[in-house]
Amino acid sequence: MLMFVTRRLIQMILIMITVSVILFTIFEFNKMSVAGQVLGPYTTTEQREIWLERQGFMEPPVGRYFEWVGNVFRGDFGQSIQLRVPVSEVLWDRLRMTGILGFWLFAFLIPLSLLFGVLAGIKEGSFRDRAISTTAVATTSVPEFASATFLTAIFVFWLGWLPGTSGMHGGFDPLQLVLPILVLLLYGGGYVIRMTRASMAEVMSSQYIRTAILKGMPYRRVIMRHALRNALIAPFTVIMLQLNYLLSGVIVVEVFFAYRGFGSLLLDAALFGDIFVIQACTLIAVFIAVLSYFLSDIGYMLLNPRIRVS
Amino acid sequence: MTDSQAQSTPAMPSRFMGLLRGIALMRESWFGMFGAALVLFWVIMAIIAPLLPLYDPLQSFTTLEPIGTEAFDGSGTHWLGTDNRGRDVLSRVIWGSQRVLIWASIAIVCAYIVGVTMGVIAGYLGGWIDDIVSFAANVLISFPVLVLYVLIIAFLGASGVNIVIAVTFTTAPIVMRIVRGLIMDLRTRDYVAAAQTRGESAWYIMFVELLPNARGPLIVDLCLRFGYTVVAIATLSFLGLGLPPPDPDWGLMIREAVPLGTYAGHVMLVPALALSTLILGFNMMADGLREISLRD
Repeated sequence: MLMFVTRRLIQMILIMITVSVILFTIFEFNKMSVAGQVLGPYTTTEQREIWLERQGFMEPPVGRYFEWVGNVFRGDFGQSIQLRVPVSEVLWDRLRMTGILGFWLFAFLIPLSLLFGVLAGIKEGSFRDRAISTTAVATTSVPEFASATFLTAIFVFWLGWLPGTSGMHGGFDPLQLVLPILVLLLYGGGYVIRMTRASMAEVMSSQYIRTAILKGMPYRRVIMRHALRNALIAPFTVIMLQLNYLLSGVIVVEVFFAYRGFGSLLLDAALFGDIFVIQACTLIAVFIAVLSYFLSDIGYMLLNPRIRVS
Repeated sequence: MTDSQAQSTPAMPSRFMGLLRGIALMRESWFGMFGAALVLFWVIMAIIAPLLPLYDPLQSFTTLEPIGTEAFDGSGTHWLGTDNRGRDVLSRVIWGSQRVLIWASIAIVCAYIVGVTMGVIAGYLGGWIDDIVSFAANVLISFPVLVLYVLIIAFLGASGVNIVIAVTFTTAPIVMRIVRGLIMDLRTRDYVAAAQTRGESAWYIMFVELLPNARGPLIVDLCLRFGYTVVAIATLSFLGLGLPPPDPDWGLMIREAVPLGTYAGHVMLVPALALSTLILGFNMMADGLREISLRD
């Protein structure tokens, strides 16, 4: 167990180092254009070189890499080119906004998708199973910006119940959260439902469930005491990995609804070429993703006694 | 050499029979059939788009009427109305299927070539080669998918070739992991040992003996990946990082139509519906195929 955790931890650190080296190298190759962005398009090469020199970007790269990593650990990601403020000033606020989105998403996603997944998996091939599974395939098949389009058409243009943008310009408004969360819920929820269903169906067809039913145990108790415990191990992993998906999903959803979160920050930076913001966002996104992989592996081991023993 | 020829000659009709059997089995899964029908519909649309009596997708029919109104008066010749630049929506949706399917095919072929090659090599040779390839794949997989797409396109620029590169970077590692697992399972089989004893080269064993036996799960995966790639290409277009305008493109159509939503909602719904049905088709087809492959 300890061996496994240490190995995963080392792998996680190695991945973070590799990603940081890649991001640092990208900056190294784009140094001149970064200087051009900061100073303006009509500056000469000499002026750009002087600026780079003054900023200390002409020092040997190896030393600067370690300096950069040290700064990142202190929460200093450099200066945003587009916004002209330190990256950390915007970054944490945007992350907090996405965190709110993520919190409410998971608050609905976990109970709803586990419930429907279990309901579908109890009796494989039944009408209820078919209905839930088909709906789940359908909702995961609609890309986020397409489902955002459908939901906007229904709830904003047709019924007029909800606001179509979620910019939160007039202070925090929970109503503006509904559509972004609904879009993410439809896409991610369908996937978790299918995984839960598959896991539940597998458990229900196992020997010990048959034994429990045959020995005359009440059906409700078989489900609650025997089946659920084992069936909910696999979905745990899937739910942890949804954290990783969320980081992709929020880019589309935040851009569609003009929500001022992490995803729209990253896209704005990418469209503008704001390298320090891109570096900061990518590092954080990869860190969260790697951490979610790590936690899902550890959690899976802790929950599943069969793996723990061997 | 004569041995392998003798083996491959009778294999031809049996392979053909296998294909027929596959189609026959497909009929047992209405789910898969429905998906295949959806995909086929868009493939046919993409192929016959030049033959259909459509308006030029790039031509602008500017009128003084508000956008989209022509769709509702019934007498209009633009069945689904026109978009923000007065271009025919129906024509653009049908032509758009061609664009997305062509680029997705190119991208998925590249990703599969890279992923399968890497997977076979890592799975068969093992050792330090496997360690390096697997680590590289792990690094790429740890990026949230869209973050990696945005990162690659932001630095390489938005163009068709760069989208193919981005898809290769995001998809190949996953394909590689699947193939690697399959090959590691297959390489202990007797026929591999036989080939080794015959003195066949490692390349021959990898690509002639092992790879064809790993194709089953790969076909199911191909269906899914194709769907994901179509989504990725459309999403990049929607975010403004995709194939350059003005050619019809579903993602771009939605992007341009959303601001008009209040008075011409259907203009954004049409490409969204087209995209969703195509992806639904791929996913249902993959589900159907998986169901069938698990049955026998």
